[in-house]
Amino acid sequence: MVVKVYKPCVPLSAIATSSTHGEDSPYFAGWRAYDEDPYDATTNPSGVIQMGLAENQVSFDLLEKYLEEHQEVSKLVNGIGGFRENALFQDYHGLNSFRKAMASFMEEIRGGKVKFDSNRIVLTAGATAANELLTFIIANPGDALLVPTPYYPGFDRDLRWRTGVNIIPVNCNSSNKFQITKQALEEAYAKAKKADLQVKGLLMTNPSNPLGTAMTRPVLEEILNFISSKNMHLISDEIYSGSVFSSEEFISIAEILEERGYADAQRVHIVYSLSKDLGLPGFRVGAIYSYNDAVVTTARRMSSFTLVSSQTQKMLSPMLSDVTFTKNYIKTNRERLKRRYNYVVERLRECGIECLHGNAGLFCWMNLKPLLEEATTDGELKLWETILKDLKLDISPGSSCHCTEPGWFRVCFANMSIETLDVALSRFTSFMEKRRKT
Amino acid sequence: MGYQSVSENSHLLSRIAAGDGHGENSSYFDGWKAYDSNPFHPVSNPGGVIQMGLAENLLCLDLIKEWIKEHPEASICTEEGLNYFEAVANFQDYHGLPSFRQALARFMGKARGGRVSFNPDSIVMSGGGTGAQETLAFCLADPGDAFLVPTPYYPAFDRDFCWRTGVRLLPINCFSSNNFKLTKAALESAYETARKNNIRVKGVLMTNPSNPLGTTMDRDTLNTLLTFVNQKRIHLICDEVFSGSVFNQADFLSVCELLDEEPSYDKSLIHIAYSLSKDLGLPGFRVGVIYSYNDTVVKCARRMSSFGLVSSQTQHLLSHMLNDDDFTSKYLAENKRRLHTRHEEFTSGLEKFGIKCLPSTAGLFIWMDLRQFLKENTENAELKLWRVIIDDVKLNVSPGSSFRCTEPGWFRVCFANMDDATMHVALKRIGDFADKVKDETTQLDDATMHVALKRIGDFADKVKDETTQLQQKKRFNKKLRLSFCRINDGGITQHLMSPHLQSPRSPLVKASH
Repeated sequence: MVVKVYKPCVPLSAIATSSTHGEDSPYFAGWRAYDEDPYDATTNPSGVIQMGLAENQVSFDLLEKYLEEHQEVSKLVNGIGGFRENALFQDYHGLNSFRKAMASFMEEIRGGKVKFDSNRIVLTAGATAANELLTFIIANPGDALLVPTPYYPGFDRDLRWRTGVNIIPVNCNSSNKFQITKQALEEAYAKAKKADLQVKGLLMTNPSNPLGTAMTRPVLEEILNFISSKNMHLISDEIYSGSVFSSEEFISIAEILEERGYADAQRVHIVYSLSKDLGLPGFRVGAIYSYNDAVVTTARRMSSFTLVSSQTQKMLSPMLSDVTFTKNYIKTNRERLKRRYNYVVERLRECGIECLHGNAGLFCWMNLKPLLEEATTDGELKLWETILKDLKLDISPGSSCHCTEPGWFRVCFANMSIETLDVALSRFTSFMEKRRKT
Repeated sequence: MGYQSVSENSHLLSRIAAGDGHGENSSYFDGWKAYDSNPFHPVSNPGGVIQMGLAENLLCLDLIKEWIKEHPEASICTEEGLNYFEAVANFQDYHGLPSFRQALARFMGKARGGRVSFNPDSIVMSGGGTGAQETLAFCLADPGDAFLVPTPYYPAFDRDFCWRTGVRLLPINCFSSNNFKLTKAALESAYETARKNNIRVKGVLMTNPSNPLGTTMDRDTLNTLLTFVNQKRIHLICDEVFSGSVFNQADFLSVCELLDEEPSYDKSLIHIAYSLSKDLGLPGFRVGVIYSYNDTVVKCARRMSSFGLVSSQTQHLLSHMLNDDDFTSKYLAENKRRLHTRHEEFTSGLEKFGIKCLPSTAGLFIWMDLRQFLKENTENAELKLWRVIIDDVKLNVSPGSSFRCTEPGWFRVCFANMDDATMHVALKRIGDFADKVKDETTQLDDATMHVALKRIGDFADKVKDETTQLQQKKRFNKKLRLSFCRINDGGITQHLMSPHLQSPRSPLVKASH
């Protein structure tokens, strides 16, 4: 569309013209590079392999098998009886059966160690919406949230863009495997105070993206004590909870709250989604679980802007309520991810690349510090460009995740076939061999 | 689970959360609550409230159902469609499925009689029409800025457009003297009022066809509007969510057509909001659309759509359906026909009781004139009348004041969300009520009026007692729609689901005890 140039352009909003949408980050530049030259085993074997997108494609067959064996689901979704009601159903409480199914699934993931009340679940179109919505609820424009680094680059947009809220990083480093410490929390809080920012909450991802590690009990306790003492909220983004390699190693904040008799629980809100554990990002199924009645009520109202398609709720509800299916799915998914992770880490070690010891997620946190020309963000980005242009691998530089230590990279491994993964790994191997020779 | 009550910690929530910008305290939603606690059912609850306050289109769902049955490949959970499952489930690109955008562009063009063609690349998804309005507000205005909106208007605009954005909606007043048409004078006056109050006006938001009026804008009015926004250099948002629900032989004139005709209009000011919730009767699927002639807005809205994308499962189904030309032609024609028939039946039924409606040619509702039944020409009187209609006549209709209508006595009555039999029940109730009120309120003084209303109130109580048993048995009826209760009472409840409210009694009835 051509805009007549002799007329002054009518301004858009400040939000629209800002760059807080975050798409200028190398995180997304890598995606674009992949889009322009995507790898394909037959038609484009020298294309870019996408290792910068945390998707889970290792367990689709289990879902397809379920649907094949349960044709009553398609009758449920498309059949005579249910269709009309379903098509009209826009109640922001969501389908009762679906909320119950989500609660059940979340309980299964936590090995039955906690109970979830389906009335406290609010559905949103993806965790993206859930995080933004919670931010709108707990913070005013100009306030701040503390977020431990490194963190998922999308938070810069999700938490800040339209809400006007600031992120103050809680800096973590490799000296203690990037664990969150009391000192780091206090430092971040003090920094906010100095800048005259009101800190309204802490948002953490457990298991962590991009680290691929589950948080330990002492750290979780420390965090709960901290947020209580500072009278703030805690958002625990647990979207990778079903992707922890072994169930004993994941401790949800829900468990700690239950152990404490829910003292101060009204500060805590859990975010979940089916995009990672179930590998269904297209269906836009997110959930907020809050122990705070007013937050549940308000979140439910706000979910009007971002409801889950009733068709999707209808289709997934039988599957997620089927405990036989979910138990098996969760177990199998964990095993497959663990196998992949170990395989990737071993192959990388063989060519001289070390990763942070991880136990969860769809990626590994790779240490390329020894390869940096200089231990700076610039040095890291130079290396990133080399890897993108020469190796044709899109991996995510730590700086895009706000990591304070240059040289770390997030490498996704669950979003491709094993054959493609082998190609990617061999590119790393050749690269390292070449370097050794020169 | 008994967590601590949060009232002592309510300061811990944001201003947006703690305020009432959610809009649920409106009488518009009180009526829904009344329906919810006592929903009509022809067999199990014939004395229940008939829902006429929710603009839904049930009339053509059979056509859609039939199509879905005949096209199992369009569903990813059927045998035929399962091979699409993985690709669709994985697809989260905020551009949306290309075939879906094409299908939407085609459908929107068809709804405008093929007189407008839409570019699929300028189509952006949103979380229903609700999400579309909010996203446009975020893109076009800053907190404190305002959009002008002709009254009467859809009550939820106050939430959709203003709640989280901090943008304001200021009324452009329209009156029955010219059938609520938008005039240049009204536009200028509203703009001037804003200017005097130091409020920056960023645009005009209008709905065409109108909700709640059911009227379409004529060429002159559209030109007036376009000239106005071009002169003032402000944006124009056209909510055309009822564009496929125009009947009565009148052709719908979309603002898009005028843009093509008159090149001097700056297209970059024009943005369309659409959704499949009304024309296709699929509100549950959350398909909202933003169509903008401004590439920067398209880009920004697309980024924001991450917060409200359409489920890829739904995109997949609908892209097949809406790319089926035979089906969409047949559907749009039949939808018009059925809406027209229903509209005729309903309005002629009302006419018999001496109740007039604003002449309308579109939408899922009529704008009913009950000014003759008002004791006085005030909003209070309108709300009293409305309470009687809810409590005694047991119809949930929406009072004009909830649409910010300047004149008391108008009510929006939805007619497309029920079967024929229910419509006749509703008509009979209105007829009986009209007779009763006419007899009892001509030449009455206040005291006698109270007695009359007490009798109606007692009658209402009696009916309520008889239906309590039925309520307790079955809240949701399978034959009719499920509850559309979208409200919580806002306070801390014993449980978090919408409380099982009893219809509050008319204040008049209470006063006379």
